[in-house]
Amino acid sequence: MTTTTAPPAGAQTGTPHAPGPRRRGKRSPGEGRMAAMLLSPTILVLALVIVYPLLSAVHQSLFRAESGLDADGFVSDVESFVGLANYADLFVGESGRRFLNAFANTTFFTVTTVFLETVLGLCLALAMNRAFRGRSFLRASILVPWAVPTAVSGLLWRWIFQSDGIANNLLGSEILWTAEGNASRVAVIIAEVWKTAPFIGLLVLAGMQVIPGEVYEAARIDGAGWWRQLGSITLPLVKPTLLVAVLFRMLDALRMFDLPFVLIGPGKESVETLSMLAWDESNQLRYGSASAFAVMLFLYVAVVAIVFVKVLGADVTGAKELKLLSKKTARKNRLAASQTQANTEVSDQKKAEATR
Amino acid sequence: MTISDLRNAAADSGATGSGAPEATAAVVPGKTKPKRTWRSYSVYAGLALIFAYCLAPFYWMLVSSLRRTADIFDNTLLPAPFSLENYAKVFDGSTMFGQALLNSLIVAGTTTTFALVLGVFAAYAISRLNFRFKSLILGVIIATSMFPGISVVVPLLRLFTDIGWINTYQAMIVPNLSFAIPLAVWNLTTFMKALPFDLEEAAMIDGCTKWQAFRRVLLPLAAPGVFTTAILTFIHSWNEFIIALSMINDPKIQTATVAISKFTGATEFQAPFGEQMAAGVIVTVPLVIMVLIFQRRIVEGLTAGASK
Repeated sequence: MTTTTAPPAGAQTGTPHAPGPRRRGKRSPGEGRMAAMLLSPTILVLALVIVYPLLSAVHQSLFRAESGLDADGFVSDVESFVGLANYADLFVGESGRRFLNAFANTTFFTVTTVFLETVLGLCLALAMNRAFRGRSFLRASILVPWAVPTAVSGLLWRWIFQSDGIANNLLGSEILWTAEGNASRVAVIIAEVWKTAPFIGLLVLAGMQVIPGEVYEAARIDGAGWWRQLGSITLPLVKPTLLVAVLFRMLDALRMFDLPFVLIGPGKESVETLSMLAWDESNQLRYGSASAFAVMLFLYVAVVAIVFVKVLGADVTGAKELKLLSKKTARKNRLAASQTQANTEVSDQKKAEATR
Repeated sequence: MTISDLRNAAADSGATGSGAPEATAAVVPGKTKPKRTWRSYSVYAGLALIFAYCLAPFYWMLVSSLRRTADIFDNTLLPAPFSLENYAKVFDGSTMFGQALLNSLIVAGTTTTFALVLGVFAAYAISRLNFRFKSLILGVIIATSMFPGISVVVPLLRLFTDIGWINTYQAMIVPNLSFAIPLAVWNLTTFMKALPFDLEEAAMIDGCTKWQAFRRVLLPLAAPGVFTTAILTFIHSWNEFIIALSMINDPKIQTATVAISKFTGATEFQAPFGEQMAAGVIVTVPLVIMVLIFQRRIVEGLTAGASK
């Protein structure tokens, strides 16, 4: 869609149209056919493993199995159409209480872990950005928590949080971290933040490293201190990167499953997330309500993603970059492709910063 | 060089004050500037802190796995009598852990292969061809990567039960593609977009077809990106948990991450922690080695999507 803006962009800048309008200019029918051919396997597989399950989940959520044994003592397989009853049950009665609890847990974990991760990740990135010695070694060690499988990290932290484990030993306390209650929530949050803060740190560091040093130099000459530089240069310039990182982490935290499942265990009220609840229901063969939970989680995730992209303007697809590229080629400006959005944006902002 | 720096840093900030003078000598040989030293101290202290934050829990897993069952609750920093007892138990056959590792390898390997083949073609189309709805398609593919796994698992569990796929490899591989393909397409697209178009253009002027230009020019250039994507996809598939947990109940087919989560004793109080830690180390060590070797590429791949 952005490519359609290419010819007008060229016209606006007033450059004569390139003599060989092969690339971003007119679209040849052959290219469209080739693209369709190349993309169709991917789209077909994605339709099969994502669109079909989603539609099937919506469909299943409208039915309810009459569970239990029938008159002859066999497990009955009868399913009846119940309309939106599974959804209505999300808010009333026992299953409603469980759903709302899981919903609250999911939201609580998402907000707290993503907040802590962002703060910690920013600190990590700031520290790494200043370090010149030992940076590659640091980068390797910071990737370790990221690479540890979540299930293993669940086990690892369960061991650390054992009643007579190292955590209680160091704290001199006797807290039952892995039982029910607020302590188990804290345990999940600590384990999750440990694993994911480095990821945010890495993304933010990448955003920081494209900020040219001259910007800071200019700020220093103008008498800006460290805090001022952080607030007026670093943070605004890493904001786009940070937004994308926070979005990814939020969507990931919303579907949290492995960690509380392994660290605390299934069916524990204080840490049960929506994913765990849906999994538990489908394990009990109550596919109707399990599907309803899964659909609700999907909608929740979709709303958060849309809010981020539309309201906060997280540039996830790199659409801005595409636009920029096509403008560049229209100007017949053969810059190396590595100098794309980030650099140009930064230099633009640098100019603005300098004139300010 | 860098390692010794970090050791110095650790010594600087650590409780042992005796190492500090030597360390300073190493960092600033000869003359001492008070302000500068203070500053480098604080930077090194920060680095040591990050270092400890990242590695201490992993180190604790490693140390615990090397203790004997009798002194598993020791809190010494090194295993007092060093023992491989737990590792022997992990592979003694009753847990089928070796088979689980093999299963993980098969599932993650196949998933990665499929995702890469499809991803290379899709990424080429998106990064090099002109067609309608391009950014819409890319947007949809990326959006699917944010899909919560459970929304795939619940309906597919039912479908796979009906068609008899429960306890098969394909019951894990096919749902795995739901996150592997978007990851691969996205990474490869970002990578291919960053490659200059000139070489392909030159090849086409010299009479190559688009396909030849793709195969003979772009693909070799994109090889590092394909490799990075392969590593990332493999790590994601290797770490996958919820699909493998739901689709498989036969210990012969289950993957390593699920197998270790089921390493439990009769009651919660008899949990074989030593064995669990040993198994955890075994599952993680291949990834840590990969991370150490390919750290630069992995970081590139991870950050490519978010910052351009």
